[in-house]
Amino acid sequence: MTTRKFGAPIRRNEDSRLLSGQALFVDDVELPGLLHAAFLRSNVAHGRIRSIDVTAARARHGVIAVYTAADLGDYWAPGPLLVPPPPIAGITFNQRTQVPLAKDKVRHVGEPLACVLAESRYLAEDALADIVVDIEPLPAVVDLEKAVAGNAATVHDDVGANVAAHVRQSRGNYAAARAQARHVIARRLCYDHGASSPIETRGIVARWDARANQLTIWDTTQAPVFLRNGLAAMLGLSERQVRVIAPFVGGGFGPKIMLFYPEEVVIPWAARKLNRPIKWIEDRLEHFFATTHERGQTHDAEIALAADGRILGVKDVFLHDTGAYNPYGLTVPINSQCTLLGPYVIPNYDSTFTAVFTNKPIVTPYRGAGRQHGVFVIERLLDIAAKELNIDRAEIRRRNLIPLDAFPYNNEIIYQDFTQLSYDSGNYEPILDKALELVGYKHFLAEEQPRLRAEGRHVGIGIACYVEGTGIGPYEGAKVQVQSNGKVSVATGIGTQGQGHFTVFAQIAADQLGVEVTDVDIVTGDTDQFYWGAGTFASRGAVVAGNAVNEAAIAVRKKILKLAADHFECAEEDLEIANGAVSVVGVPGQAVKLGALALKANPMRGAVQPGTEPGLESTQYFGPPSGATASGVHAMIVEVDPQTFMLKVLKYVVVHDCGTVINPLILAGQIHGGVAQGIGNAFYEQLVFDEDGQLLNASLADYLLPTALEVPHMDIAHTVTPSPLNPLGIKGAGEAGAIPVGPLFAQAIEDALELAAKKVELLEIPLSPNRLFELTTAVPKNPQ
Amino acid sequence: MLTDSPAPDTHVIAVAVNGVDYRRTVGSRLLLSDFLRHDLLLAGTHVGCEHGVCGACTVIFDGVAVRSCLMLAAQADGHAITTVEGLAPGPDELHPLQAAMRECHGLQCGYCTPGVLMTMKAFLDETPAPDEAQIREALSGNLCRCTGYQHIVEAVQLAAAQLRKSSP
Repeated sequence: MTTRKFGAPIRRNEDSRLLSGQALFVDDVELPGLLHAAFLRSNVAHGRIRSIDVTAARARHGVIAVYTAADLGDYWAPGPLLVPPPPIAGITFNQRTQVPLAKDKVRHVGEPLACVLAESRYLAEDALADIVVDIEPLPAVVDLEKAVAGNAATVHDDVGANVAAHVRQSRGNYAAARAQARHVIARRLCYDHGASSPIETRGIVARWDARANQLTIWDTTQAPVFLRNGLAAMLGLSERQVRVIAPFVGGGFGPKIMLFYPEEVVIPWAARKLNRPIKWIEDRLEHFFATTHERGQTHDAEIALAADGRILGVKDVFLHDTGAYNPYGLTVPINSQCTLLGPYVIPNYDSTFTAVFTNKPIVTPYRGAGRQHGVFVIERLLDIAAKELNIDRAEIRRRNLIPLDAFPYNNEIIYQDFTQLSYDSGNYEPILDKALELVGYKHFLAEEQPRLRAEGRHVGIGIACYVEGTGIGPYEGAKVQVQSNGKVSVATGIGTQGQGHFTVFAQIAADQLGVEVTDVDIVTGDTDQFYWGAGTFASRGAVVAGNAVNEAAIAVRKKILKLAADHFECAEEDLEIANGAVSVVGVPGQAVKLGALALKANPMRGAVQPGTEPGLESTQYFGPPSGATASGVHAMIVEVDPQTFMLKVLKYVVVHDCGTVINPLILAGQIHGGVAQGIGNAFYEQLVFDEDGQLLNASLADYLLPTALEVPHMDIAHTVTPSPLNPLGIKGAGEAGAIPVGPLFAQAIEDALELAAKKVELLEIPLSPNRLFELTTAVPKNPQ
Repeated sequence: MLTDSPAPDTHVIAVAVNGVDYRRTVGSRLLLSDFLRHDLLLAGTHVGCEHGVCGACTVIFDGVAVRSCLMLAAQADGHAITTVEGLAPGPDELHPLQAAMRECHGLQCGYCTPGVLMTMKAFLDETPAPDEAQIREALSGNLCRCTGYQHIVEAVQLAAAQLRKSSP
């Protein structure tokens, strides 16, 4: 009998390499004759290019080539639309995608104008200063409301009023619901999300091997297969001639999936043209402009309630900043629109958004991918409703939760995966109960808070609910193979950025094949090892690729049993696979190792039977019909210093349901990291643009990522409601930690500072000490 | 190579890294981080921000944790450096800090990890029995975007206990 690996807190297979400095990251690739690239980037947000003179740069010692848009010739083209707009009736979508090097016009600070290739990175950067650029500045489109006003400048000359998209989705009849409501609350809410800021910036190394006619790319991408296919098409190569390797990648969180970044278009082309390997590594300053962000939305939202606090309907109209181009389609605002509905019964919903082009870097999904914005709106509206209806904050949420017997629950609008937004399974009330219990909700409000307030301390509590659509299609695949050394090899097409894939996929395969987790070797992100796949996004790796690994391992298990039954001349039912061998149950000494069977499955003589294949190998694919919906509740007790407005989180609780758990240790890590990013978003991180579209805080000294002092200890608990949409019953967990932190902070800080008495509402994220000072002092004191 | 810079201002430096003596000619402006990574091919030291904030490039320089992106290679002349490659006692072994990081799941993408390890190594040398607040303070100069720090803090506590046990 072997212990089941699935569900156990197995230590990670990948750690030894990472801990000893032996893991390969893109910037670790060293090749003979390597050239280094540097990009000259626009220093104005909006302008017409009059001229770019690269003569002096080309003449500099050590510079091999300098390219502008003109040098790219027919290769120059706007990038593809990664995600087309969903099939929603009446939709407007104006596709304007980024270009490899700006031609005619620049549309955001940091947009690349020229690329220098030199013998060292130092020399390449020196040569940037030799390039003379003449740009006629144009008024920058920065503010969302001004952008859509009739008289604004236009980011794209042929797109009037800067409207990138206009989408309305509705369910039921909001107007009728409003007419029946006892209470209607309307507010303007602003939610700004920031830069994902992985500690490894982006990078690419390209090598053209003229003898093999093959291009090899090492890239910090979350989607190596799409990158391979796209590059092959652009360069006129067959896919077989292009190998993309996403080695160890130092964090991604969404922006590393954007395709195609200009550097990914220019560097492979130049490597082939010059027949020299080329490396480009983004520096931190560039990262703030050249890698995509998530940013702001302004919501005008209204909630209609019955007297008992039940939601009758919600209406929301919002503006979404999509930046200078929209290659990622509508994923972010659609997620906002859908996730606003949360774990609640909202029978009538009317939501309209306008995505707006601005002269700021491109917006694509960053951990949470717009879900935060929607959750902030509904959670804040419920907080205000609770206050106005004099219902407890937890109670008003409880009254509106979707009941257990209502699943699968169809929200009747279209989600980012183009299917109906239907929640596969869920059991929300126990999550809320557990969170209230762990944070000590009743005790805090009844005893702790009054006692601490009497001591002059400003302490408050918050509680926020959310759902997370995860594990969407289209599909992933896996190839599982028993090697002749007895170890198991698993290859999959997704990339990995720290999620523990080398371990969780190994756990899944190990259970089916009766081997140790350490005897399963996982390969991810190498297109020569696995041909097909979509990528790592939308909390889908474990769900979609994990189930593909499971299917392939099951198929290999069948092959093992069949071959071993032939070997022992017994029935398959009499066999057991454990400890790397197949044995006949109840017959000691009758065992054959998996490695020996693998050799036997690939014979040198004799015939492979018709209808069978050599080897103990199988490739299987898994594509879920729609996403699996995870859910959770975060609760927090915070203390605020009323002089400095600095915070101390006294308690932080996460209760989370992501279905069946593969590895609780890795899951805890995912939640911890998500919460830390949520805390950064809620109170420390903000991309500050001035009216000219200049980003004023593009350094890690000014854009404040939370440190070990800002991120508190977290208590985590789980409930388990398996997903019916996949055999393993799992749901994604990657983004859950980050999603509800903004409204939680706003609610707890309001409580701590007793802002209701001052008639101050915190209707925006991020907050900060400065912003709290402004918001709490700008309002005239309550005349009581 | 970086050191083929035509700039006349080069220096010959002698530096001991992980107990191995190197003698190299380097350009005046070559960063210590680039020297370690690209000249000596010790790529375990990672570069995250190149402006001294993230701490990923931390190495131990004459016993003190320093940011190698804020130093020049020329400044290392005559000094001794330990990088993450020199932390473990042997090729198939882990230092107690490394082992504790694995045990407590103190790393995810692993990019900030070498800097965290070197900072915590120097910290535990000075503070063998730290409490959680001291660990968080010492860790606050190293940014990690994946873990939320909690498992790193637990790993440092575990490593401190292990190290105290092995050298009473």
